[in-house]
Amino acid sequence: MLKRAGPVTHKNNKVMIMSVNALYDYKFEPRDKVENFNGMQLVYVQWAGHLMFCAPLALLVKPDMSFRALIDDVLKPAVAAHPQSVKADFLEAQWELNGESFTPNADASLVDNGIDHKSMLVVTTPGLDGMFNTGY
Amino acid sequence: MAVKNKKLNLKDKYQYLTRDMAWEPTYQKKEDIYPDESFEGIKIVDWSQWEDPFRLTMDAYWKYQAEKEKKLYAIFDAFAQNNGHQNITDARYVNALKLFLTAVSPLEHAAFQGYSKVGRQFSGAGARVACQMQAIDELRHSQTQQHAMSHYNKHFNGLHDAAHMYDRVWFLSVPKSFFDDARTAGPFEFLTAISFSFEYVLTNLLFVPFMSGAAYNNDMATVTFGFSAQSDEARHMTLGLEVIKFILEQHEDNVPIVQRWIDKWFWRGFRLLSLVSMMMDYMLPKKVMSWAEAWEVYYEQNGGALFKDLERYGIRPPKYEDVANEAKHHLSHQLWTTFYQYCQATNFHTWIPTEEEMDWMSEKYPDTFDKYYRPRYEFLAKEHAEGRRYYNNTLPQLCQVCQVPTLFTEKGDATKLSHRQIEHEGERYHFCSEGCCDIFKDEPEKYVQAWLPVHQIYQGNCEGGDLETVVQNYYHINIGEDNFEYVGSPDHKRWQFIKGMAPQQKGDDQAEKTVQKPNAA
Repeated sequence: MLKRAGPVTHKNNKVMIMSVNALYDYKFEPRDKVENFNGMQLVYVQWAGHLMFCAPLALLVKPDMSFRALIDDVLKPAVAAHPQSVKADFLEAQWELNGESFTPNADASLVDNGIDHKSMLVVTTPGLDGMFNTGY
Repeated sequence: MAVKNKKLNLKDKYQYLTRDMAWEPTYQKKEDIYPDESFEGIKIVDWSQWEDPFRLTMDAYWKYQAEKEKKLYAIFDAFAQNNGHQNITDARYVNALKLFLTAVSPLEHAAFQGYSKVGRQFSGAGARVACQMQAIDELRHSQTQQHAMSHYNKHFNGLHDAAHMYDRVWFLSVPKSFFDDARTAGPFEFLTAISFSFEYVLTNLLFVPFMSGAAYNNDMATVTFGFSAQSDEARHMTLGLEVIKFILEQHEDNVPIVQRWIDKWFWRGFRLLSLVSMMMDYMLPKKVMSWAEAWEVYYEQNGGALFKDLERYGIRPPKYEDVANEAKHHLSHQLWTTFYQYCQATNFHTWIPTEEEMDWMSEKYPDTFDKYYRPRYEFLAKEHAEGRRYYNNTLPQLCQVCQVPTLFTEKGDATKLSHRQIEHEGERYHFCSEGCCDIFKDEPEKYVQAWLPVHQIYQGNCEGGDLETVVQNYYHINIGEDNFEYVGSPDHKRWQFIKGMAPQQKGDDQAEKTVQKPNAA
């Protein structure tokens, strides 16, 4: 009578993923699929060494927005409170996309840059590493 | 009517009123009556081995609790009649109560629901009775906490809609998701999560700071609630230890399952308590002890002894306790600076600690406060003084499991954010730590459906696209009253007036109402 869903293990993304042990077939749609965002997508940006922004910023953006527009229209206003933001040249900075080093094409869209829904971008601005030698 | 032995002795009474309430079913199968008892893989060989160290029966329970409550409400009444709120150390303290009422009292209610449920699911009568009594305790605690704090609601902002906020406000999804995770687990995991990991291992870190904090800051209503709940809490803690020993003694196959639950619920509890860390170090005008000291006493020492004791069952201390131990030097500061920048969306105020408070922190956190955090507050204070009070106007990334913004730093490097991400069935997921990432990997189906407040706002499910509408209409946080900086807030002005430090503000109707009340009464 009771249907066991787990524990079953399988390989995924090189990590062992287990399955929930439940009374029935326990399966749910991910709540944050891109189609739930009304044509938009999420992207997270962290300015490394600037913990004045306590966590990576969660941004709601158009997938066909250019990388340059992401910087000029979204990121720059979001980090304007930091005194180093006026000196930061984000287009000439070092970028990481989902953990891999990455060279953005400023005029290509986010999608064409490979920045898909819920991607994580980390930007390092050489010479600007936050305040008080503490990455703030 | 002649009755021999009119009065039962305690042992017989307990036997009659608990164990003898159970019977062996004859026309239904036991597993059909208790369908949730076996699917988690926990093997119980003999329920009669369950020891209830308190041997409390229902008749004694009602009598004892009714007496306690009568005294408690007498003190609440006296507190209200004497305007007890005017005697607290400083109105900043009330912000700790706002956090408690929205983040903790609803958990007591969730615990009531959880224990009611598992109190039906065990085939052992001793365990069922213990859970049922704890369920009633939790319901009482939720109610008496609300009554203890209701007086403050007449005089301060942000306390008006706790139950509604608990279901919606971004940071309150941290406690809510914690308890929902436990309540949707099987009965043995629920007890390991709440009775053992939370009530036994970690509860002192919640209860002692809040109740001692109330005492230190002259909040007689809340401290009296604390005294009244103390004997219940002692019973809950004992149940927590009994539960774990009972499960471990029943079958060796239970050990790895329980270990995984201890790892999970230690970490989830630790993340939840990060809210308490900032309350202790920042929201109590008169400090009890630092978060680091509390962690040392209640986790490193007491927890250390406990896990040494559990070693004989094959249980080791929880995974990542080294990360939690190291984090004690940073936790409260990282939390407070987070709430400082996002208090436009909270029902409580934040502020820069005073000079004296910063000196206290330098003393309590000699290796970290002056190096990392004092310069930040000095910078933020200067910004504020120059008319640029800092608010972060962009929503933060949240951890998929604990739902706290991914704000914590790596062990050993307080300049580097701790962040993990994985791809699962074509979707990307982000985590604050290895600990939360592991929990996801064990049961991804549970967390892919997480209701993350930031993503819900962006999906348009919170009554508006801009933060202001969400905060006012969806959260019921009154903009300009409940939220933003403490200095200059209506609460602050009212307090200055109460203390005779400032004239009554023109047009501040609430202040007028408040201070005229004692005369009118």
